[in-house]
Amino acid sequence: MTTEVGSESEVNKQAEQIGSGAAQEKPDEEASESQQNASLEPEEEKRPVSPTASKSPRSQKKEKDPSESRGISRFIPPWLKKQKSYSLVEAKDGVERKEPTEAVVEEPIVEKDESLPEEGRVAKGDAEEILERKRQDVKVDEKDEKHSVSSAETQPAKEDSKEIEVAKVEGIQEDKREGETAKRETKEVQTAELKAAQKVSKKLKTVPCKVMLLDGTEYSCDLEKRATGQVLFDKVCEQLNLLEKDYFGLLFQENDQKSWLDPSKEIKKQVRNLPWIFTFNVKFYPPDPSQLTEDITRYFLCLQLRQDIASGRLPCSFVTHALLGSYTLQAELGDYDPEEHSSDYISEFQFAPNQTKEMEEKVVELHKTHRGLSPAQADSQFLENAKRLSMYGVDLHHAKDSEGVDIKLGVCANGLLIYKDRLRINRFAWPKILKISYKRSNFYIKVRPAELEQFESTIGFKLPNHRAAKRLWKVCVEHHTFYRLVSPEQPPKAKFLTLGSKFRYSGRTQAQTRQASTLIDRPAPYFERTSSKRVSRSLDGAPIGVVDQKEISGPAGDVSVYGPGVAGQGIFQDGDGKREVRSPTKTPQLQFTTEGKAGTEEEETHLEDLDKTQDDILKHQASISELKRHFMESTPEPRPNEWEKRRITPLSQQTQGRKDHLFKMDILPVKEKQQIPAVLIVEEKVQETDKSLEEEITSSLFSKEGFSANTKATFTSTSIRTAEGSVVNYSVPSEMLSSSPFSQLFEKRAPTAEGPCSGANDAVKSSHETLNVVEVKKQAEVGKEERVITEGVNGRDKVPPGSDSGETRKVEPLTHKDSPSLSSENSSSSSSESEEEDVGEYRPHHRVTEGTIREEQEENEEEVEEEKEEQASKVVQCMEAVPEASSVKQITVETVQENVVSQKSSGEKSLKEGDKQDIREETEEEQHKVNGEVSHVDIDVLPEIICCSEPPVVKTEMVTISDASQRTEISTKEVPIVQTETKTITYESPQIDGGAGGDAGTLLTAQTITSESVSTTTTTHITKTVKGGVSETRIEKRIVITGDADIDHDQALAQAIKEAKEQHPDMSVTRVVVHKETGVEEEEE
Amino acid sequence: MAALGHLSTFGRVTHAVVRGLPESLCQHALRRHKGDEVDFARAEREHQLYVGVLKNKLGLQVVELPADESLPDCVFVEDVAVVCEETALLTRPGAVSRRKEVDMMKGTLENLQLNIVEMTDENATLDGGDVLFTGREFFVGLSKRTNQRGAEILADTFKDYAVSTVPVSDTLHLKSFCSMAGPNLIAIGSSEPAQKALKIMQQMSDHRYDKLTVPDDVAANCVYLNIPNKGHVLLHRAPEEYPESAKVFEKLKDHMLIPVTNTELEKVDGLLTCSSILINKKVDL
Repeated sequence: MTTEVGSESEVNKQAEQIGSGAAQEKPDEEASESQQNASLEPEEEKRPVSPTASKSPRSQKKEKDPSESRGISRFIPPWLKKQKSYSLVEAKDGVERKEPTEAVVEEPIVEKDESLPEEGRVAKGDAEEILERKRQDVKVDEKDEKHSVSSAETQPAKEDSKEIEVAKVEGIQEDKREGETAKRETKEVQTAELKAAQKVSKKLKTVPCKVMLLDGTEYSCDLEKRATGQVLFDKVCEQLNLLEKDYFGLLFQENDQKSWLDPSKEIKKQVRNLPWIFTFNVKFYPPDPSQLTEDITRYFLCLQLRQDIASGRLPCSFVTHALLGSYTLQAELGDYDPEEHSSDYISEFQFAPNQTKEMEEKVVELHKTHRGLSPAQADSQFLENAKRLSMYGVDLHHAKDSEGVDIKLGVCANGLLIYKDRLRINRFAWPKILKISYKRSNFYIKVRPAELEQFESTIGFKLPNHRAAKRLWKVCVEHHTFYRLVSPEQPPKAKFLTLGSKFRYSGRTQAQTRQASTLIDRPAPYFERTSSKRVSRSLDGAPIGVVDQKEISGPAGDVSVYGPGVAGQGIFQDGDGKREVRSPTKTPQLQFTTEGKAGTEEEETHLEDLDKTQDDILKHQASISELKRHFMESTPEPRPNEWEKRRITPLSQQTQGRKDHLFKMDILPVKEKQQIPAVLIVEEKVQETDKSLEEEITSSLFSKEGFSANTKATFTSTSIRTAEGSVVNYSVPSEMLSSSPFSQLFEKRAPTAEGPCSGANDAVKSSHETLNVVEVKKQAEVGKEERVITEGVNGRDKVPPGSDSGETRKVEPLTHKDSPSLSSENSSSSSSESEEEDVGEYRPHHRVTEGTIREEQEENEEEVEEEKEEQASKVVQCMEAVPEASSVKQITVETVQENVVSQKSSGEKSLKEGDKQDIREETEEEQHKVNGEVSHVDIDVLPEIICCSEPPVVKTEMVTISDASQRTEISTKEVPIVQTETKTITYESPQIDGGAGGDAGTLLTAQTITSESVSTTTTTHITKTVKGGVSETRIEKRIVITGDADIDHDQALAQAIKEAKEQHPDMSVTRVVVHKETGVEEEEE
Repeated sequence: MAALGHLSTFGRVTHAVVRGLPESLCQHALRRHKGDEVDFARAEREHQLYVGVLKNKLGLQVVELPADESLPDCVFVEDVAVVCEETALLTRPGAVSRRKEVDMMKGTLENLQLNIVEMTDENATLDGGDVLFTGREFFVGLSKRTNQRGAEILADTFKDYAVSTVPVSDTLHLKSFCSMAGPNLIAIGSSEPAQKALKIMQQMSDHRYDKLTVPDDVAANCVYLNIPNKGHVLLHRAPEEYPESAKVFEKLKDHMLIPVTNTELEKVDGLLTCSSILINKKVDL
């Protein structure tokens, strides 16, 4: 819902700007709603006119080199609207965003070429920045011009004015383009960041920003006003020479409490007050610091913990204070030296909140025993002890329980802890928690039913205020994702699903960051351990080692280290070295994400669309036509949700037919790619419609989030989409397309859209672009949202109706989508900032089921059963038909159960082995089959019983919860149907059956062991029973194979079986169950 | 010096504090159920054997405190102090009649140069029998003898560790049906209350404990020690008393098993852990 609001507000803004020109204030979300009606019409009007104008620019672009045009276009759009926006600040932001959009649109392609945006960014940052600045200057001039033009023209006729503006801008831009183009070519590799930076630079508005570092020094720099949190965070990490940065974050003071800066959002939207002051802190405490790759990371963790301990946040006993203090001394001072370390050398340090002489003596005593430990070793010892502290890594939040008793909620790696005073009175491990939500100042967790209970229970806590509740909820979402998931969760699928925040953790998970850090290949960086002396660190000239000289030279004008530091001391590797080092690190990430997630998910979405039936198409059309109404009426439509789902839906299985399409698409020219997004966009549009009313209630970040999650991968995915889209639109007469539902969709839509809806449809291109942009932005970390908006606006204006039939149409539908998506992002972000979101939901288990890193045996067992349900409802897996390696997103779950009955003949074993082979083959076959289809596995060779159970199709209805309070109006009819298909293939030997029949044995012992490797989690359940005097040992292994596409599941399965045999040579395998679950979200069926 | 919960050091014991039995125990010791009268002579003999195991067989430095006839329950020293590493928390026993038992214990522990923390809050009660230290964390039974405030003070005293509370309603103490039988190994009785308490403990803990389930709740109270050169040592109830439970203990192949008879003190709710305070004084820093 938020989304819509945002979009609406944008629209309004445009209208207003056009009409009245300057001084408007940014409408509240509510205000925007009211305005919607009014604003809507003007927009529509504008749109029709706009097409001609809009098209012209594009055509020009196309004529030129794609790369060139892109670059140029980027620059151009922002200027137009920026004029106003700058002056008016927030109100105008929306406008600004829209403009940039166009530019952005083309970015994705460029980036694609670049392949590794981040690396490129890093490497080229300096040079590019310089260029950017130059550009900025140029642009500044442009701005002025544009302003004048726009203002003058705008007033007469809204519609006309817009078009005119666009045209003029373009003209101006073109001139510059040529100049710039040259520059660009030299640096083709520009990354999104740079681009973003450029835009930023254009504005020339920077905000001074200070970051308190862990060593007590201060890092300051000037940030572009619209910079995202990530920009700052990356700067700080670079300054610190920190590569394993996913454990850290930036805190800012918000009212009385500190909140984490969301890297994916603009800083200014999160931090209301100037100046910008942040604290660099550990956000996710690594449960086992020894697994960190670099000493420097451990060092910063130590610094954090010393703060935590000295402040009392991390309580420890006297003895532990002394011990940890002694390691601190050893790390900072080296071996105890009676001469150098006089009696009071220690009193300068603060080891504990209440430090006593006795404690100091103890510290000294222990310090003497550490002789010979290197600083790094001392740090490691420090961490080994600190990590055992019960409150290590526990983020405490004050709350009251249902009876009003003061308690604290502690969020940690393992789950949620409930404290009353210092006593732990309850604990909810992540696997136990089905859903986390908040509503106003209440925070709820929905807990899995206990063993004998049938019903889930929801436990509510009262937080001091709404912000606190939301903050807690966010922290929970982040912690769960970071520690428990293999990769970040996609943003919520449907808005109706969630009334409220769509916030999701978008960074890397622990698993990912660990993997990434294994690739760090640089010599251990030198760093100065600064003193943690109690006496004002800065004053006494304690070394402040953090001056990064590189920084200074580069972007760096901004960077300066305040504080009494000894500048010379901080010696980081020189810039080049760093960068080189970095690149490897990031590269892996990119691969990881890109191939695995991003590509897959988005692709799937498209694919599904193609498969849609006529009904779907009709629906879409309807939805489109309704879009208009929605805009007018702001009545939420249910259908969009489904669309959203699809979008979000991770890879689903691809039909072979689809594959074909894909291939064709690939062949299509690159240019087309941009347009491809159309499909997605359309979906988005629909969503918007639905959201419009609800937006306020719910902030849906989801589009944003989704992208963010994929961020890096996005490019890939985007390109793919593009390809598809291009196919559809491209050449092609709709008939061609007819094979794919899409084409039809487009056709039908096109007419509709063009007519009245045109406005709504606006920039199809932009939508695609928007998506791309979003992703890009994330990478760039500059205000993505703004850009997106801009695009949407531009798109509308520019898109000429029907000039190029195929393309145009595409564009239009896309546009709709874009606008919603954009708006959603904006709105959501804004709402989040404003804390408007009353509600938020998060269901840890959807993903958990498969993506979760399993540690808890008991829960695993439970999960096994529940998995089906969960998966059915939400997890979409693609094991099978994924033709392209890249496509398979992440997780394939295969469950292998072996029931080993002792006392079986060896001969059987061999047979079983044979079976296994067969099974493997079967499995493969299965995989190739399409989701829903029942696969018969016949194994003739052996006397085994094969059960193929049809995948149960679970249709889930989403229940919309309307906030009772005010938003009664919003009714969600949507019934999203999620189809999940589950295949279970059971191979079992006949023997077991007999045994199974009368199993009245006496249970002797039962034991469960869980082990994990990179891609598999094995849970072994051993039961010993006595039946009729014969003891039987049954070993049931449940092996969850999780991995990206490039993991050969069959092989993994075979390996697992093989290992099982090897481990228990005296037993035989009697039963193998392969359980594959695939979720496909398709409405029609 | 390894401070925090290293499993390898769990159960390390150098010293033990025990106390003699007063004759008043037979008539005046607190007991939950009226039952057979305590055979004092036999009780004393059993206790001597118990102390003998600690002192002679395991080589601990055993501090033997004299009995006090005015304190019929004074033999159960466990309840009056909780010692973890270098710190001793002197409790405020839930039974008023036992509060004075603390005095002598205080002097004794001071002599052992432990950091002494006293529970002075008059709203707090805590019996050591309700405190289960696993090596990684504390579980405190909230029973008739131990209240929330007592548990809080314990948590304040041993800040390094998580302290979780477990409701105990059907037995005297938390350790009336459980104890540590090894590092990471909880011995637990089979009764419903015992199993329920175990579930709670499992839910409250970030760690995963192995469990050793024995048929008899009281037999689940055993004494685990980690003695240099002897390794895992477990004092458990004798097969004559609880044969089925003894069989379970006998499956512990890595443990040096020492069956100990405790029939008489059990009549007044005394179990194996109740009669000693085990202390690990680190001579080697």
